[in-house]
Amino acid sequence: MDLSSINPVLLIASLMVAATPILLAAIGELVVEKAGVLNLGVEGMMITGAICGFAIAVETGSPWLGFGGAAIGGAALSLLFVLLTQVALANQVASGLALTLFGLGLSALLGQRYVGIKPPPTPRLDIPLLGDLPVVGPILFGHDLILYLGIALIAAVWAALKYSRAGLILRAVGESHDAAHALGYKVVRIRILAILFGGACAGLGGAYISLVRVPQWTEGMTAGVGWIALALVVFASWKPWRVLLGAYLFGGITVLQLNLQAAGVAIPVEYLAMSPYLITILVLVILSKDKSRAPASLGKIFHASH
Amino acid sequence: MIVLERRPQPSRNWALATPLVAVLATMVFGGLLFAVLGKNPVEAIRTIFWDPLFGEFAFYYRPQLLVKGAPLVLIAIGLSLGFKAGVWNIGAEGQYIMGALAGAGVGLAFYPLDAWYVFPLMVIGGALGGWAWAMIPAILKVRFGTNEILVSLMLVYVAEQLLASMSLGLMRNPEGHGFPGSRNLNDYAAATSWINQNAGLHWGVAAALIAVIFAYVLLNRHMLGFHIRLTGEAPRAARFAGVNPARLILFCLGISGALAGLAGLFEVAGPAGQVSIDFNIGYGFTAIIVAFLGRLHPLGILLAGGLMALTYIGGEIAQSQLGLPAAAIQVFQGMLLFFLLALDLLTHFRIRLRKREVA
Repeated sequence: MDLSSINPVLLIASLMVAATPILLAAIGELVVEKAGVLNLGVEGMMITGAICGFAIAVETGSPWLGFGGAAIGGAALSLLFVLLTQVALANQVASGLALTLFGLGLSALLGQRYVGIKPPPTPRLDIPLLGDLPVVGPILFGHDLILYLGIALIAAVWAALKYSRAGLILRAVGESHDAAHALGYKVVRIRILAILFGGACAGLGGAYISLVRVPQWTEGMTAGVGWIALALVVFASWKPWRVLLGAYLFGGITVLQLNLQAAGVAIPVEYLAMSPYLITILVLVILSKDKSRAPASLGKIFHASH
Repeated sequence: MIVLERRPQPSRNWALATPLVAVLATMVFGGLLFAVLGKNPVEAIRTIFWDPLFGEFAFYYRPQLLVKGAPLVLIAIGLSLGFKAGVWNIGAEGQYIMGALAGAGVGLAFYPLDAWYVFPLMVIGGALGGWAWAMIPAILKVRFGTNEILVSLMLVYVAEQLLASMSLGLMRNPEGHGFPGSRNLNDYAAATSWINQNAGLHWGVAAALIAVIFAYVLLNRHMLGFHIRLTGEAPRAARFAGVNPARLILFCLGISGALAGLAGLFEVAGPAGQVSIDFNIGYGFTAIIVAFLGRLHPLGILLAGGLMALTYIGGEIAQSQLGLPAAAIQVFQGMLLFFLLALDLLTHFRIRLRKREVA
């Protein structure tokens, strides 16, 4: 065992990369849940985004077009969820599961020709002086743009929910859709927009896995990250900044266990690999006391009878 | 303008008709998908739905229907009880793995003893393994109010890692020349779940049928079944009627875990034969579709399990004969669930055309 081979600066820098997919998916789902919709299809939208982004990036040679395509792909899949839950008024839990099962199959189908290919590299931010700083450089200035976009998105969602009129309406819809409807807000339209936003974010998160984090395409490569993102929203008690904190925590655990594997710790690889899932459960238990923050209409079906 | 009008009572006719309409719609749209993939849609649909039953090699495929259908029905029966009561066990795949590990572990521990009680003990081990794994989300939900969907699902990934660890380590065949995977239980007469391999009969098929009857009696003739239905349809009324929600959660998760564990044990001691890294092929997730397709009704699940087994077998044939990708079948199965959920609208609502009123 050689723990000295773990470099703390690189560890933090790679922690941020590992956290970004979870962060993107979770902030999208947070907005969806704030609007009172529980979309359990995050995993399906992420894997769809992962393959859409990968395929488009490979075909066009541009990772940015890939990310754009991933967001559209994720949103397109979430449109199916919209049809089921907002138009056909189906059960949201079952519909979300359907979305995940369908997305996993669809992505495997789309991805057949892309196994074993390397995607075009996503360029990193290259600032001459700042990037060369000893510790701060690789941590703060050495990443790609999507990672910063993720953090910016957290700030934007926080500000929008707290200070903007649109954010207030979104929260009203999530807390009491009947009251919001009575006030004349278009409950269904607002929810549809929120679901599409969530889908786009999940798609981006998925593409970050296939284009930056791994970077490669393999079937089922999201391996439960979408579900961890769902748990993260509960962990964050629906507060944007806590999503950032939680994502870095989970990213940290993931990266640390990978580093411990590489360093040859006496714990078997399989037990290290299951640790992020076990810690997710542990965190869910610890935070289960704080129930008050869940949007009151979460998961309830809205049907305007008049 | 189209408006939805809630029916005072869910329509019985539509409730029965939606699975059939959903299957037809899936055939049409699945056919379109196959056409996009460059296959003849009629031929693909025929290969999937007709050939396994009545084609040239049907004598070989029909027994397979039992082999694939049994675990699906067994797991789906357990899940349906929970789904009826609003308890969402999504981690049947994990309970299936743990049941297989526990049951196979018992069998391997007795190797090479040839005694009548080895297999019954394995069955008990399998049920207990799945039950214990499902008790984790159940107890956490009852005690701390954690979300059972997330916990049971996380435990699937944990179980998969345990399975990898077991088949590479503790349960590895000592005479296997270093290859991963346990001893083949089919070579150990006292531990195999086969009754008649050529007919596709193993104890899991029997257990699935017993589970269907058990669930039917429970839901229609027993107070507990009434409580399950009541909790799902009117949770508040259920509480006033004296239903203990904690006990119901423990029961629903426990029974679905035990049944999933049994399914895993019968699979590992029969069709799969050995504990290996990838002996599980997603029955735990497909069973969710089966439960919904069967309208959460025991007899419906029996039919739905058969249909889903048919798509598995037909899918394999289409794979080898038409070169249809394996994932296409997965998409096909996902599509089925979509149509089913969407068409459920007709059970609960009437669609009316109405002139736009002046506000």
